[in-house]
Amino acid sequence: MHGLINKSVERFVRDTYGRDVWVGVTRRLDLGFTEFEALLTYDPDITQLVLDEVAQTLAKARSEVLEDIGTYLVSHPSFEALRRLLRFGGVTFVEFLQSLDDLPERTRLALSDFDLPRLELSEHSNDFYTLTVYTGDTELAQFGYVVVGLLRAMADDYGALVLLEHKGVRGGTEIVEIHLLEMAFADGRAFDLGARAR
Amino acid sequence: MSGLPGENHLGPVLDTLCPMHAVLDATGQVIHLGPTLKKLFADRNLNGARFTDLFEIRRPRVGPTMDDLRRIAHGKLHLRLRDAPCTELKGVLVPLPETGDFGVLGGAIVNLSFGISVTDAVRDFSLTSADFAPTDLTVEMLYLIEAKSAVVAASRKLNLQLQGAKIAAEEQAFTDTLTGLKNRRAMDLVLRRLILSGQNFALMNLDLDYFKAVNDNFGHAAGDHVLQHVARVMVEEIRREDTIIRTGGDEFVLVLTQKVDRHAVAEIARRLIERLEQPISFGGHECRISASVGATLSCRYSDPDLSMLHEDADCALYAAKGRGRGCFVLYHAALRSGSGQAGELPERRVDD
Repeated sequence: MHGLINKSVERFVRDTYGRDVWVGVTRRLDLGFTEFEALLTYDPDITQLVLDEVAQTLAKARSEVLEDIGTYLVSHPSFEALRRLLRFGGVTFVEFLQSLDDLPERTRLALSDFDLPRLELSEHSNDFYTLTVYTGDTELAQFGYVVVGLLRAMADDYGALVLLEHKGVRGGTEIVEIHLLEMAFADGRAFDLGARAR
Repeated sequence: MSGLPGENHLGPVLDTLCPMHAVLDATGQVIHLGPTLKKLFADRNLNGARFTDLFEIRRPRVGPTMDDLRRIAHGKLHLRLRDAPCTELKGVLVPLPETGDFGVLGGAIVNLSFGISVTDAVRDFSLTSADFAPTDLTVEMLYLIEAKSAVVAASRKLNLQLQGAKIAAEEQAFTDTLTGLKNRRAMDLVLRRLILSGQNFALMNLDLDYFKAVNDNFGHAAGDHVLQHVARVMVEEIRREDTIIRTGGDEFVLVLTQKVDRHAVAEIARRLIERLEQPISFGGHECRISASVGATLSCRYSDPDLSMLHEDADCALYAAKGRGRGCFVLYHAALRSGSGQAGELPERRVDD
């Protein structure tokens, strides 16, 4: 499993619940270290163990934790670079949605060894979309929940008002329903093309 | 900028397809700028401005007339904005027909792009994704530049960590990299373990004599060669269970755990000194060294203490050096009282 995924889980727990909570998780799992390295590769089982332990520690469902991680990744200052990279997808939220098909390919441009599940957007009307997440039986099962959290935060970022629903996992695919209620609901956050993320 | 007849055909089409184009009339005056290119001049009045007033054509070198410009048509142009921030641009010029009804008769279209200066330009002129044609890969390039920077930053952080870990590992390592012998850290570990287990052992300090002369006369490569030779000799002369440590430049410690009575230890010291005094050849030279050895036996102490053992072995070595070169002294209490002369054990000169 790519270290970036484990690192995301770690930073989410540390930044949201504090370092002590995170160190507690690593101790109980007897990992032998307290920090993941984003550019190293880890045994896929570790990610599953960490997620289960985090969910148990926070007394939340695993899907809830995954959704929170998705939201955290876009909205927390320590992952500003990721928010910016996602905003390159389009000028409006709809353009952004339409760019999601390219997301795994875009990710590979940055990190050639990082494989995201294939994403496919279907436009049913101009305010109703479904996003199919092909997780298969890969290590990234339930990645759709992360996508839900991520979309929710990106909608905020663009100032759009959306209703999102994860329709569950079926045969290695996950469906996320996206109801676009208002494109310009709020001002959203600025995206200055020339301002490099630090 | 006044619209000339004919401009109307081209302007709106080109504004979408290549928003960084300029339309020139037959005299080289700029009569239209694409919307993105216009942003480079903010509120400046461009009426009557010639293309070469706004842009310096750096390569290929060319004169300012329209005839000059036509000569560099279709090739790659390197340009620079004449005003600050003097942005570098790439371009290509296509002349328009001088007759007929297409475009500005006798004029030209120049299409520009930022090339490699794009990140600065985007910041300098507050450009957005909408300023680039949908088919233009500039935004993808900006994405890649940011993604690359983020990955390189993470990679640099990892490298720093690994470098720190490497230094720490080297410091903690137990091996002297030049000779392959153990180092001081390993020595303390070995001695502590021996003391804890109550095993008898001899602690032998060995300093090379005349080693500085080898370094001075024949250079450090010769010195390194001699040290490696010394290490080999010692490994050959002691048993596998024993430990040899290089504690400093030409200082060694041997921890002997087999046959540690005074005679056996003296015999090992004698053999070591004898072999080390044999000339060592290096680069056509003969390097000659010797060794002074002092030792103490753990069985002398009812409760062996690490620092006490070191002190006594040092004391014996000091006494050996006091005898001249190539001597061995086994520690005994009289060495410390200063009246050592009388009570000393017999020392041996190897070349007796």
